[in-house]
Amino acid sequence: MRAVDGVSFDMMAGERRGVVGESGSGKSVTAMSIMRLIEPPAGEIVTGTIEFQGQNLLALPEDDMQDVRGGRIAMIFQDPMTSLNPVYTVGDQLIETIMLHQHVSKHDARRIAADALGDVQIPEPMARLDDYPHQFSGGMRQRVMIAMGLSCNPDLLIADEPTTALDVTTQAQIMDLMLKLAEDRGTAVMLITHDLGVVAGFCDTIQVMYAGGIVEYGNATDLFGNPQHPYTWGLLGSMTRLDESHTERLHSVRGAPPSLINPPLGCRFNPRCDFVQDICHDSYPALRESGRESQIAACHLATELDLNTIDVTGVVGS
Amino acid sequence: MTDLLNRPGDGASDDAEGLAVEPITQWDLFIARLRRHRLAMISSIFLFVVIIISFVVGPLLKCDKGATECEFPQLWDHTQGLKDDDDRLLVNIAPRGSIPFGTDELGRDVLTRVVRGGQASLTVGIVTGLLVASLGTVVGALAGYYPGVVDQALMRFTDLILGLPLLPVAIVVGRLLPELTFLPDWMQSGPWGIAFLLGFLLWGSLARIVRAEFLSLREKEFVEAARAAGASDRRIIFRHILPNAMSPIIVQTTLIIGAAIIIEAALSFLGFGVRPPTPTWGGMAASGAGVAVRGFWWELVFSASALVMTVLAVNFIGDGLRDALDPTQTIERK
Repeated sequence: MRAVDGVSFDMMAGERRGVVGESGSGKSVTAMSIMRLIEPPAGEIVTGTIEFQGQNLLALPEDDMQDVRGGRIAMIFQDPMTSLNPVYTVGDQLIETIMLHQHVSKHDARRIAADALGDVQIPEPMARLDDYPHQFSGGMRQRVMIAMGLSCNPDLLIADEPTTALDVTTQAQIMDLMLKLAEDRGTAVMLITHDLGVVAGFCDTIQVMYAGGIVEYGNATDLFGNPQHPYTWGLLGSMTRLDESHTERLHSVRGAPPSLINPPLGCRFNPRCDFVQDICHDSYPALRESGRESQIAACHLATELDLNTIDVTGVVGS
Repeated sequence: MTDLLNRPGDGASDDAEGLAVEPITQWDLFIARLRRHRLAMISSIFLFVVIIISFVVGPLLKCDKGATECEFPQLWDHTQGLKDDDDRLLVNIAPRGSIPFGTDELGRDVLTRVVRGGQASLTVGIVTGLLVASLGTVVGALAGYYPGVVDQALMRFTDLILGLPLLPVAIVVGRLLPELTFLPDWMQSGPWGIAFLLGFLLWGSLARIVRAEFLSLREKEFVEAARAAGASDRRIIFRHILPNAMSPIIVQTTLIIGAAIIIEAALSFLGFGVRPPTPTWGGMAASGAGVAVRGFWWELVFSASALVMTVLAVNFIGDGLRDALDPTQTIERK
C-alpha cells in the first residue's frame, strides 16, 4: 500500500508551514520521509526526490544523512514523555546531539546546552542539565526537545504534533515559544498537526492532506477564509468556535478515512463528500489553481462550488 | 497542621512546615530496594568473603614447612599429602586442631583444597558469566535491532546452540580439551578451558532475552528521536538501547554464573572437568563420595557445602538484583 502518493511541495527558507489532516492521512510519513527515517520492513520510499538546499537527500549516503539529521533538519516528536531516553540526564542527551554536529569540546557543548535550555525558558538551566527526564513535567520535556532540536541551528525544524500530548495552557506556551524562536533565528518550521487552532496562529502557509495526498494548499488567511476543497471546508466546519452560539450539533465529516490498501476509484474523498458527482468516481482530480491567488486544490468542483454560501445545517441533516 | 498560607517572614519556620518533595533518582531507588533484600545483602557479603579467601587470603597463607610445624590457619600445598614424623602419609584424618577439615585419601589437607577449589569454581563461574554476557548481548542486540536476514541468521544459530544437549557435549569437549594441542596451555587444562566451553554453550538464552528487549525498545520514541538527531546505528544500539536493557542482562548473567559453577562441579564429579591435581569443589565431592561410604565424611561435606552455599549466594544476589532493577516495584517489599 502507498501511505503517501504523489505528494509534492516546496518550502521557502524561514517559512512556517502547517500540515493538517486526519490520522492516517500521511502527514507523519511525509515528515519521516524527509528525514529518511522510513526503513524496511516498516516501509520504503519507492520513488521521488527530496531536495534540500540543492541536495537530493534520497541520494545521500547514510553517513552524510546522519549529519543532516539533527544538524540541518531537526525533528520534534509528539510525545515528550517518551522521546527522551530515561537512563541519561537531559544534559547528556543535549550534549550528545551538540557534539554530533558541532566540533566543540565537551565543556563548550555543556555551555551551549545550558544556553539552549535557557532559550526555551527553563529556569536554572545549568543545574537542570544534570536532571533526568522523569524529573521534568511534560511541558518542560517538550521544551527540552525543542532546545535539542534547535541547539544546532537547523534550517528546517519538523514538529510532528508537538503539543498533542500537552494540556491546553501548556500548548499555548509551547507554540508561543516555538514561534518566537523560529522568528528570531529564521528557522523554517513544518508543523504537523490536526489542531486547526494551533495552525492558524502559527503558520504562514497550510497544506491539507487526505489519504496520502495533498488536497489543498494556500496561505493561512486565504485557506481559512475561502476553503476550496470540501474536505478542508468540512474540517473547518467541525471546529468549535467561541464566537458562535452552540445551538446545533457540530458538523462532522461523515464516514472514516479510506483504506489505502484498496483506495476508492477517482477522487479518494468521494465516499465522504457531500457534493459528489459522476466525475468524482471516474478520475482523480489534479491540484489546480482555484479560489484566491495563493490557493490550489484537488477537486473537480473547486472553481464551481462556492462553499461559503452553502447552508451548513442543511448538510448536517442529510 | 500544614499552614497552606504560610508566607515567608510571618514567623512560621520554613523547613518544618509546607510540602517539599525531594527527587529520588533511579539509582537511589535501586540501592534502597537492594538493601531491603536482606538475603541478597547477606549473600553479597558472603560471596565477597569467599572471593577474597579464595583468591587473596588463601595463597598468602601458604606454609612451606612440614606437617608438624605448620599451624592453622596456615595452608599446606594442595598437591602434596601430609606426612607424620615417620614420613607416613596422614590419610583420611578426621577434622582436629590444626587440620580443621581433616585430610583426604591421599593425605592432602581438605581445608587447603576447599580454598584452592574455590578459585577454580569461581573462575569458571565468573569467566563463563562474562563470556555469556558479552556473546549473548551482542548476538541478541544485533538480531533485535536488524530485522530480516541478520535476525534470522543469528536466531537460527542461537536455536542450534540451545538445541545442543549440554552435558554430553560438555563431556565430549571437556574430554578432548587436553588433547587439542593447538590451544594454549591455559585453555587445555584447568578452569579457563571449561569456562570458555561453558561460555560458548550457555549464551543462547540470554541472546533471546536481549533480542526481545531490543525488539520492543527499538520502537520507542526516544530511539526515533535519537535517529532524528543524527545518531548512527552503533550509537543507538550501544548508547541508547543497551542501557535500557541492562537489568535483564544483569539478572540472567548472575543466574548463569550459578549454573556454570554447578555444571563445572558436575563435569569434575564425572571426571571430565578440571584436571587433577588442581582441586575443584565438584572433583572433591566426587572423591569425597568415594570415601564417605567408609565413614570419612569430611571431604564430601565440606566441598559440597562450599559449592551449595556459593551457588545459593549467587542466586540470591540475582534475585535481589531482579527485584531492585524492576522499576515497577515499589520501595517496600511484601
